[in-house]
Amino acid sequence: MAAIIEIDRLSKQYGSGTRALDNVSMSIDEGEIIALLGPNGAGKTTMISIICGLVVPTGGTVRVGGHDIRTDWRAARRLIGLVPQEIALEPFEKVINCVRFTRGLYGMPPDEAYVERILRALSLWDKRDAATRELSGGMKRRVLIAKALAHQPRVLFLDEPTAGVDVALRREMWEVVADLRREGVTIILTTHYLEEAEQMADRIGVIAKGRLLLVRPTAELIGEFGRKTLTIELDQPLQAIPAELHGRGLGLSDDGRRLSFDYDTRADRTGIARLLGDLAAQGISVRDVSTRQSSLEDVFLSLVSEDAA
Amino acid sequence: MTGINWRGVGAIFHHEMMRFFRTIWQSLASPVLSTVLYFVVFGAAIGGRIQSVEGVEYGAFIVPGLMMLTVLQQSVSNASFGIYFPKFSGTIYEYLVSPVGWVEVTMGFVGAAAAKALLIALVILLTSFAFVGVHILHPFWMLAFLTLSALGFSLLGFIIGLWAKSFEQLQIVPMMVIMPLVFLGGAFYSASMLPPFWEAVAKLNPVLYLISGVRWSFFGLADVPVGVSLAAVGLMVVICLAIIRWIFATGWRLRD
Repeated sequence: MAAIIEIDRLSKQYGSGTRALDNVSMSIDEGEIIALLGPNGAGKTTMISIICGLVVPTGGTVRVGGHDIRTDWRAARRLIGLVPQEIALEPFEKVINCVRFTRGLYGMPPDEAYVERILRALSLWDKRDAATRELSGGMKRRVLIAKALAHQPRVLFLDEPTAGVDVALRREMWEVVADLRREGVTIILTTHYLEEAEQMADRIGVIAKGRLLLVRPTAELIGEFGRKTLTIELDQPLQAIPAELHGRGLGLSDDGRRLSFDYDTRADRTGIARLLGDLAAQGISVRDVSTRQSSLEDVFLSLVSEDAA
Repeated sequence: MTGINWRGVGAIFHHEMMRFFRTIWQSLASPVLSTVLYFVVFGAAIGGRIQSVEGVEYGAFIVPGLMMLTVLQQSVSNASFGIYFPKFSGTIYEYLVSPVGWVEVTMGFVGAAAAKALLIALVILLTSFAFVGVHILHPFWMLAFLTLSALGFSLLGFIIGLWAKSFEQLQIVPMMVIMPLVFLGGAFYSASMLPPFWEAVAKLNPVLYLISGVRWSFFGLADVPVGVSLAAVGLMVVICLAIIRWIFATGWRLRD
């Protein structure tokens, strides 16, 4: 598939000397969904802001649909829609007028049928005549998406689309993204949540301290970091792991009160049920169980330390 | 420049004008009320004692000055608020990521601000007909002077809006600079009525040239030659455009 975005050695250094983005290169294919993962201040928003025209890079180039974002910015920007992280809407303007306005700003002729289609797709049609300040936070975010789609862009940037959004709305956002992908729109989103990236993205890029540490297909990355640890608290402390339970990768805490068990979340059989059954058969009674997934922070830490080594 | 995005200009202009029409009564009521007050105070109360200035009834003499006062104030406040509000609400990002450059953004915002100011000035002219008999000698030149002044001061207001970081800053230039310049620029008197020294000082005030020009279009009377007035307002437009171009090129207070 052809690349729609080509980023070559992109850098941004602020006057204060902070390197917000350091020599980032990547290529994004038309129609794919890329999630950029990284902690706060990693450079995700800086990268998006440069491609969209909000921030001026200090080095490197970006081409969108073959158009350089600096020398051929009009053509490049026509292909791009941006949903910013912060909700920013004209408070007294009607929803439908906001969308019409953006379409006009991008030089597109009025198309009421298209505007209606986006508003319906985002469940905003009933609110089309409401002033944006009357809407809930989730609806405002959807208005931002509707505006970003008003000029039928080929690339959509979603900067933390689900930050500060409740679970129900988060799922709704995921559905919106899935619909867009079916229409062939290329999507680049940033997020803190591994789960979100896993749900939506074809590939995941990890950014930390302004550097792109890796870009890998989601399935591959999740496989690597998708392990969980099950901790079993015991009623009575054990002296040692019974011989019948050897070979399962079990660990016993020093005080003998906790067993730990690593498993792969994506395996057909995690082995948890069998383990609990065997414990019961051994007469070992369980007080409590808990699981812990290696968090994104762990992933970053391991990647960053590998990177430094 | 690869062709102007006229639809983009239209979208900004339309959006700004809609904001004006949403609050049409507030937009018109306040300038009309203050004009009526000026007529009552300067025209009737004081004007009764002045009789005429250079052969023109005082009430009529102040009409061009009042229109100019309104045009300048409205142009500056419309344009500065127009561009400051998106900065304040955060929606400025849209102008920076869309295929519109400084030319389109300036034409949209400044065009709308100037159009609003001209509309209000015409309403004031109509209001003045209720108080005094005004005959306009050169209607075309009146419109030309008003339009150029509206453009010049809308451009200035646009710069103020780009520069301002707070609503207080947005207010301070119109209050501290525009009002005194207009009052000292001969809105209510002719510079020739001043002692020679102060007349020379008054001629350092750029607004004097604008008011003089528009008064000439009404009555054929001018403090300074009409050509000088035209050149002054033309120069102002050019300087403001150069500053705006610089702001957008460098991204000063707009882009990181």
